[in-house]
Amino acid sequence: MTALCEIRQLRVTYRGQPAPALDGIDLDIRAGERLAIIGESGSGKSTFARALADLLPGGASVAGELRWAAGHAPRAGRDIGFVFQDPAASLNPVLTIGEQVAEGARRHLGLSRKEGRLRALEMLERVRLPDPEKTLDAFPHQLSGGQRQRVAIAAALAAKPGLLIADEPTSALDMVVQAEIVALLGDLVRDGGMTLVFITHDIALASGFADRVAIFRDGTLVEAGPTGRVLAAPRAAYTAALIASHRDLATPPLIGEAGR
Amino acid sequence: MNRALRLLRRRAIGSIIVLLIVVVLTFLLLEAAAGDAVDAYLLSIGGGDAAIARSLRAAYGLDRSMPARLWLHLSSLARLDLGWSVAFDRPVRDLILERLPNTLLLMGSATALSFAAGSALGILAGAKPGSGRDRLLSTLSLILYAIPGFWLGLVLSIVFAVQLRWLPTSGIETIASGRTGLSRAADIAAHLVLPVGTLALVYMALFLRVMRAAMAEVWRLDFVLFARSKGLSRARIVLRHVARNALLPLVTMLGLQSAAMLGGSVVIESIFAIPGFGRLAQEAVSGRDTALLTGIIVTSAVLVILVNLAVDIVYAALDPRVGASERGA
Amino acid sequence: MRTVRTLLRTPEGAIGLGLLAVLALVALLAPVLSPGDPLRIAGRALIAPFTDPAFPLGTDRLGRDVLAGIVHGARTSLAVGLAAALAALAIGLCVGLAAGFAGGIVDEALMRVTDAFQIVPSFLLALAFVSVVGASAPVVVLAIALGAWADPARLTRAQVLSVRERDYVAAARVIGMHPAEIAVREILPNVLPPVLALSAIIVAAAILTEAALSFLGLGDPNIVTWGSMIAEGRNVLRSAPFLSIFPGLALVATVVGVYLLSEGLGKALADGREA
Repeated sequence: MTALCEIRQLRVTYRGQPAPALDGIDLDIRAGERLAIIGESGSGKSTFARALADLLPGGASVAGELRWAAGHAPRAGRDIGFVFQDPAASLNPVLTIGEQVAEGARRHLGLSRKEGRLRALEMLERVRLPDPEKTLDAFPHQLSGGQRQRVAIAAALAAKPGLLIADEPTSALDMVVQAEIVALLGDLVRDGGMTLVFITHDIALASGFADRVAIFRDGTLVEAGPTGRVLAAPRAAYTAALIASHRDLATPPLIGEAGR
Repeated sequence: MNRALRLLRRRAIGSIIVLLIVVVLTFLLLEAAAGDAVDAYLLSIGGGDAAIARSLRAAYGLDRSMPARLWLHLSSLARLDLGWSVAFDRPVRDLILERLPNTLLLMGSATALSFAAGSALGILAGAKPGSGRDRLLSTLSLILYAIPGFWLGLVLSIVFAVQLRWLPTSGIETIASGRTGLSRAADIAAHLVLPVGTLALVYMALFLRVMRAAMAEVWRLDFVLFARSKGLSRARIVLRHVARNALLPLVTMLGLQSAAMLGGSVVIESIFAIPGFGRLAQEAVSGRDTALLTGIIVTSAVLVILVNLAVDIVYAALDPRVGASERGA
Repeated sequence: MRTVRTLLRTPEGAIGLGLLAVLALVALLAPVLSPGDPLRIAGRALIAPFTDPAFPLGTDRLGRDVLAGIVHGARTSLAVGLAAALAALAIGLCVGLAAGFAGGIVDEALMRVTDAFQIVPSFLLALAFVSVVGASAPVVVLAIALGAWADPARLTRAQVLSVRERDYVAAARVIGMHPAEIAVREILPNVLPPVLALSAIIVAAAILTEAALSFLGLGDPNIVTWGSMIAEGRNVLRSAPFLSIFPGLALVATVVGVYLLSEGLGKALADGREA
């Protein structure tokens, strides 16, 4: 597999903070893979996601290298799509769903208003929203959390980016909805031949669908590798502790399922 | 449309109660005035004896008890009879209706101008919070908002009307010029430039500050970051996402300021000798005409209520969340 | 004290405090800086400013010293502004606390009355009040306060409603604190800050309203005010515009000082809370 992006010695420090949020990250993102970044709060996983997408707040200092296969940094919307954790906050409350899903496509694919609307409809169907026609003209407050997250995914993918970064997209949702969204993401990425970087604190969730996992802790990369290998034979004590802490009746048998 | 109607109905009932309170309170206030309308009238005609005073009071019902007079007052108001102006010797209602259009023209233009300019400049400042441009506009608007309207009017008058002689100093149109149609409209417009400009400058400063502050707040919200992640153009983000949301508190402010603007018209019309509603208030005060004053206060209350209602409807149109029934988790 | 230091570090706070300190000093030391009655005839009429060292800012139509007027006018503006704001806050706090605590029909009634005072333009109300009761300084203060108490009342009530339901209030009730004691010790300290933030704006508005009232001839005729000076100057606007300009500049400086101080205070308090 070719590397979509080679990250070398990435170091991010927020303005006004003495300690870096990320320090010395070396990681490869392979084209077409589903990579899960796993860590607890403060591990720097969200910072990593935003550094990749160039969405860090102004004043954050970035050191190190991000070598993209395309030769240039990915353009927001066109090459890279981003899905946030809180679907309620991701959508502009005063604009229609249709407009917000279409706008990325209209900008990057040069679509007219009518073409944009058709594309938005297509995307809403692909994220399996009930009654997509009516949803086009609805407003965010009229939808449930799960529906809003589907809309956010549709909007992020409307311009057909090659890479999708999802920053804890299911953490704010109910369990059943979580599973649906994860499954949806998996299908969309596979159908579109996209690369997926999935940020989560839930190792069990990641294990269900990720090809590779990367464990973050306190701003450093603890270990990375194929999901099966890491879960069956973790090289770091921290990874082992993470896995152990998730063992309960509800957790699917990690070691057995991994390796697919 | 349904949402608007439901809103209107709820507000109409509340407004009537408030209006009633305004009327009663005004009545009580003017009760405190030493002497009543008959005294003022007799004063204006140069005196009269007790017998005339008594018969006049009986005729106007002024010799009855306060509750009875209050009832009389309320029932005339219900018939839209605002009483008789002693100072002008005309029905109050006619006076008000005659003067109101000038003030509405003055205020309407000033509001439109200040809102447009204030939001545009506020968007410019708020597009890059903390930038040099932002700080310059902030400082200028602070100073502008601190300027007393009447003083600004005088200063502008000195500069443009007296020194430069570009514009007329007073009145709403050139008296007895015999102009009609477009020529008359142009004449009125020339006369209104300074008063409207003065009012507009002060309120533009306020709207600028509100828009700028609102934009700074909206920039921090997640959906703006989401818009950036979609790679939208900066112009689209600033206008369609940030400004479109920042507009909401600005519209609210418009409603809240309508009362203050009406009050501000009093001094402005006084300085520029515009024969309007605000000036009428001043004339009522100097003429000790309590009936006229009551009528003016009640009319102002009605105007403010109407403006607030209109603003609420506009707000509901701009914000789809207002009045909607909750659906979904 | 720490707040004051933070305040002084912000440019707004420093300049605002500076301006107002100068003004307060001028106001307090008025009889010293400019002894005698400022309304007396001190010299020739219409001396131009910056020409005669005895009258640095010139004299008006009647020969009254402009500088004396400005210095003494500072007293009026600051005194009336502060007094009116205090009165408005006091009334507003009482009404807001009563409405927030009582709830039910008392709350409804008080809020409708508050609505009534918000709907009538405050300047018109002040105008009517002064014209009915008579123009004197205390009346002017009350007139301005009547137009200004509605906003603090609204804000206070909102704060009371939000604080009333909080856990520490319930805890106080459980340990048997008397309701009045709860009100003063638990609720009041949390209601005050946002209302105090509003006070700077009220002071500024009060100063401007007083000036406008004096300008229209409805101020106290026995004291000199910047507004009445501007009105006086209007008579000779073409020949001696400086008579209206100086008092206006003084007003602008005062109000700018108040605004800057309030912005600085806002920043200092916000920083303090985040710390």
